[in-house]
Amino acid sequence: MTTTSTTAGPRAAATTASRGPLSDDEAARLRADFPLLAQEVSGEPLAYLDSGATAQRPRAVLDAERAFLETTNSAVHRGAHTLAALATEAFEEARETVAGLLGASADEVVWTANATDALNLVAYGMANATHGRGGEPARRFALRPGDEIVVTEAEHHANLVPWQELAAVTGAVLRAVAVDDDGVWTAADAAAVIGPRTRVVAVAHVSNVTGLVAPVDEVVALAHAVGALVVLDACQSVPHRPVDVRALDVDFLAFSGHKMLGPTGIGVLWGRAELLGALPPFRTGGSMITTVTLDSAEYLPAPQRFEAGTQPVSQAVALAEAVRYLQAVGLDRVQQHEEALAESLVTGLSAIPGVRVVGPPAGVARSGLASFVVDGVHAHDVGQYLDAQGIAVRVGHHCAQPLHRRLGVTATTRASTYLYTTTEDVARLLVGVAGVRAYFGADDAVTAPAGEGDR
Amino acid sequence: MSGALDSLYQQVILDHAKARHGDGDLPGAGAEHYERNPTCGDEITVRVALVPGTDRVESLRWQGAGCSISMASASVLADVAPGLTLDELRVRVGAFRDMMRSRGAGEPDDELLGDAVAFHGVSKFVMRVKCGMLAWVAAEACAVELAA
Repeated sequence: MTTTSTTAGPRAAATTASRGPLSDDEAARLRADFPLLAQEVSGEPLAYLDSGATAQRPRAVLDAERAFLETTNSAVHRGAHTLAALATEAFEEARETVAGLLGASADEVVWTANATDALNLVAYGMANATHGRGGEPARRFALRPGDEIVVTEAEHHANLVPWQELAAVTGAVLRAVAVDDDGVWTAADAAAVIGPRTRVVAVAHVSNVTGLVAPVDEVVALAHAVGALVVLDACQSVPHRPVDVRALDVDFLAFSGHKMLGPTGIGVLWGRAELLGALPPFRTGGSMITTVTLDSAEYLPAPQRFEAGTQPVSQAVALAEAVRYLQAVGLDRVQQHEEALAESLVTGLSAIPGVRVVGPPAGVARSGLASFVVDGVHAHDVGQYLDAQGIAVRVGHHCAQPLHRRLGVTATTRASTYLYTTTEDVARLLVGVAGVRAYFGADDAVTAPAGEGDR
Repeated sequence: MSGALDSLYQQVILDHAKARHGDGDLPGAGAEHYERNPTCGDEITVRVALVPGTDRVESLRWQGAGCSISMASASVLADVAPGLTLDELRVRVGAFRDMMRSRGAGEPDDELLGDAVAFHGVSKFVMRVKCGMLAWVAAEACAVELAA
């Protein structure tokens, strides 16, 4: 395991012991930990502003996974040989590390393939409970026709489509909290929808399109007052800010490894111990059973009950390293850094003629991203134009078609930041966007593409 | 930056993206087909009408929302299609598809494709090929329906 000892990770930055937002120097030092960010794209230094889709990985994470694969790789929870024992230990230590990040206990942390998989695990577990699986303890998850599942209009498809399916197979009704013209919703909007028939409330902690931070405290109070479960899509929060599941008081929480400096192919479902203990499994097969006969099987307790089949072991080890990297920097500082960048983004973009930022208006808290519309220019063209300057942004509907429909646009352009994003990256984006309308002849456009730029 | 970007966004394409020939109300007669690119949400409905009693295209009209590449290619198609027989239209769609799949190789036939040769540069941007094909695929489906 020599490679891991050579990677200082973010320690140089962390030892400055300063608090508050990262300085430009600190962000630049962190950036140097990420080999991918050192390259040029289109002949320009890469300005990577697509971390909301997938984050890059520091050398420490890459090295941790490689070191595990070179020295320890083995099947976990089986086999008597030395490496199998070491791999199992590393796998379970990784679970402890993630649990520590969340303020949870390790048996509440379930490895999944990604956040989508984690949300499906809950939805399909509830469907199975509705069909009588899981016996008496699982009855608390059973839905009856007319029961209500509440989402918002702003959800990512991953936190919408599984609930559509659950409603379809149980006869439950899917209801959506309305958003305003900026894509913003409030606790009052949630209170208008959450009611006595509500059984599940599934919302994003932070919107991947608007950056809106959900009023979780109020939603939890409303939901728990009517006995409903709260499922939090934390894909855009856990990587970017301190998240404590006990303080949030939610019931389930899902996120992905690849959005938080870790690998693809691994995600996390956290659930309250008593809930995970009662929820029927979604996937079944090897590794999740105790006794199997030809007719039936008995299952292991959580979390193994939800981890059928071969597990993403090296990915778990690498994700734990990513967690340590983030903790060394301090997620509170990451959050402050990104909020400062977001303010520059929103202020700067809003000052460009013909550019409209969606989401919370300036002055209202948002996480470190900004999605915007350029009058008369389609998001795809905006993205292509920026790419030619080495600036990577996301374009399209960001897996949130209902929200875009509500905003009256088919697509937006999104710039999303992370701890390695510098003020220089943001400045380059602003210069780039300022040139878009002239390039496409939209600053004197008489015909803007339908669905774009109407306001 | 400008070299690569300008090879994608030829002036002909930028002009067509703004002019949007053929965009507007769809005539009642003829065949209609809807195409959508699920990755970006671009969509188009193309309607092809024949000169009554013939297999010759009278008009190609469309309605849609999308990027400059998809809108410009629909605009160019609306210029190319009128006067062609259904077979000739299908030959041109085939030639356009071959050009779009060329990854920048070869020389497109400008006698056959007219202004559409401007999309040759788009073929080097693999992620934009579908944008360029959207209207043409819809027109091809209309031609198949009308020939049946």
